[in-house]
Amino acid sequence: MKIWQAVKLALVGIMTNKLRSFLTMLGIIIGVASVIALVSLTEGATGQITSQIEGLGSNLVAVTIRGRGMDTSLSYDEAMALRDEVSDITAIAPVINSNVTLKYGTKTSDSVQLIGTNDEYETARNVHVQSGRFILPIDVEYKQKVAVIGVQTAEDLFGFTNPVGQYVKVNGQKVKVVGLLQEQGSSLLGSGDDVIMMPVTAVERIMRTSGINMLYVQASSSGAVNSVVQRLQTVLTRHFRDENSVNILSQTQMLSTVNQITRTMSLLLGSIAGISLLVGGIGIMNIMLVSVTERTREIGIRKAIGAKKADILWQFLIEAVVLTGVGGIIGIILGVGGGTVFGRAFNLPISASPRIMLLAFAFAVGIGIIFGIYPANRAANLNPIEALRYE
Amino acid sequence: MIELVNINKEYRTDGTGVIALNNINIVIKDGEFVAIVGPSGSGKSTLMNILGCLDTPTSGHYMLDGKEVGYLSQNEQAEIRNRKIGFVFQNFNLLPKLNALENVELPLIYRGMKTSEQKRLAMAALEKVDLSERIYHRPSQMSGGQQQRVAIARALVGEPAVIMADEPTGNLDSKSGHQIMDMLVDLNNEGKTVILVTHDMNLANMAHRIIHIKDGALEKDEMVVTK
Repeated sequence: MKIWQAVKLALVGIMTNKLRSFLTMLGIIIGVASVIALVSLTEGATGQITSQIEGLGSNLVAVTIRGRGMDTSLSYDEAMALRDEVSDITAIAPVINSNVTLKYGTKTSDSVQLIGTNDEYETARNVHVQSGRFILPIDVEYKQKVAVIGVQTAEDLFGFTNPVGQYVKVNGQKVKVVGLLQEQGSSLLGSGDDVIMMPVTAVERIMRTSGINMLYVQASSSGAVNSVVQRLQTVLTRHFRDENSVNILSQTQMLSTVNQITRTMSLLLGSIAGISLLVGGIGIMNIMLVSVTERTREIGIRKAIGAKKADILWQFLIEAVVLTGVGGIIGIILGVGGGTVFGRAFNLPISASPRIMLLAFAFAVGIGIIFGIYPANRAANLNPIEALRYE
Repeated sequence: MIELVNINKEYRTDGTGVIALNNINIVIKDGEFVAIVGPSGSGKSTLMNILGCLDTPTSGHYMLDGKEVGYLSQNEQAEIRNRKIGFVFQNFNLLPKLNALENVELPLIYRGMKTSEQKRLAMAALEKVDLSERIYHRPSQMSGGQQQRVAIARALVGEPAVIMADEPTGNLDSKSGHQIMDMLVDLNNEGKTVILVTHDMNLANMAHRIIHIKDGALEKDEMVVTK
């Protein structure tokens, strides 16, 4: 018997029992749909996080300084001196982070992130102005009260007015806005748009603090990142006489951490979906066994007029595979659709890769084969005389 | 040519053997019309199953066209049933989900024949049993007599040498029954070997030869006097 005839026969069998076939397929449909939807969402999220990390800058190394005892920070000059001690550094941007309230006329903007830094932040973090200018070396040197602000802050305070050239009050001090940043979007490190940046020296003065607690260092090439990390560790450990005084994280490490997390998540989701497919497969086997019993007489007739074991085996196996295959296709459609709707509703990126769809479909068909073979074999081995006598 | 030599069939149930057929010797030549008669439980169904290659004897030889077919594997038996024997059953045994044409095509499908050829032969067979008007009807949409005619079309579509009919009129009214018997007679006149299993002596008398089975043994093998 030709294979397409067997497929046609199986489809006829499925169509004559529409409700039962659908209920049987439901297990597979739910399994496949959940695999597709969950994996699409995970991969979408991974892609977003990865591109955010990559958007932080290139060959970036982030140094968080915890210090030791009372000595919890580096001075700006000490930080900049690292350039002489560590080779292959193209930019060092020391950072003082703080939260401030900004005032412009009657308008206030609460808890804006204040970043005190220098001109090299622009290179290191790949942050650029859309109008005006960034912080200059001379601003740092002369502790100029100038600021570059993010688009969100600009909108909150100035509305549609051009902020460049205006003055805002930071902690009661008048600060001139000299630049407006390009839109960043929110990232792992918080919103990049609700922000005000000032020369690190001016921040030390306004906030009455001294010393910086974070550094962004750019290595000259991706190959140099590891040696820069090691060298920074050595130099800063020597400085604080404690190897736990700093936490150094390179972009590559961040990426591998993210990858590790998402791999674990995929595995977890995959196994949950796998279990649901397994349950679906057991449903298929159950219904196929019922079907074989119900159709004992049909099997007897077919055998009497010349069907061989293999013919009967194929008929039932193909029926199981068609059931799971059709279920798989419906599941893929539902999964992609459901994932897209969910992604839209919660504003999450989704990425439905054809690879996963193919894998889920193959898995569904595989379930059909595995759980169909036993009932099919049982049908194939029925004794024709007894099967013909079956009522 | 069918030759049964010392055929024995024994069913073993919980240790005690039940003898269903005891030393049966029959020769049926090509083109004969033979009726096998006997009361229920006489072993005539077992004999029919062995003749139809649905069952294997415990001992003895079954030669079909000069070849030993008594002890073939299930697949080889299926091949013989498909090519050499056409079955007509008491309860028609059509597949309810298939229409008349598809039912008749079935033996050819298992022969691996080309689809267009299957259809052509099945149509011809249905025409022969006078059912060309009803080829797309399902068994449930047909009368008993029509269903049995579909079954006859299915039996003869593969051009087997032997037609085996097991109580073919048992579920039919007398008019349809006669029609079916006439068809079997016609098939015999065309040269097919027809083996009719029945307990009805009126039907058996339409055959050329009657084989009486009783208690698993051959009781009488007589020729019918032509009317």
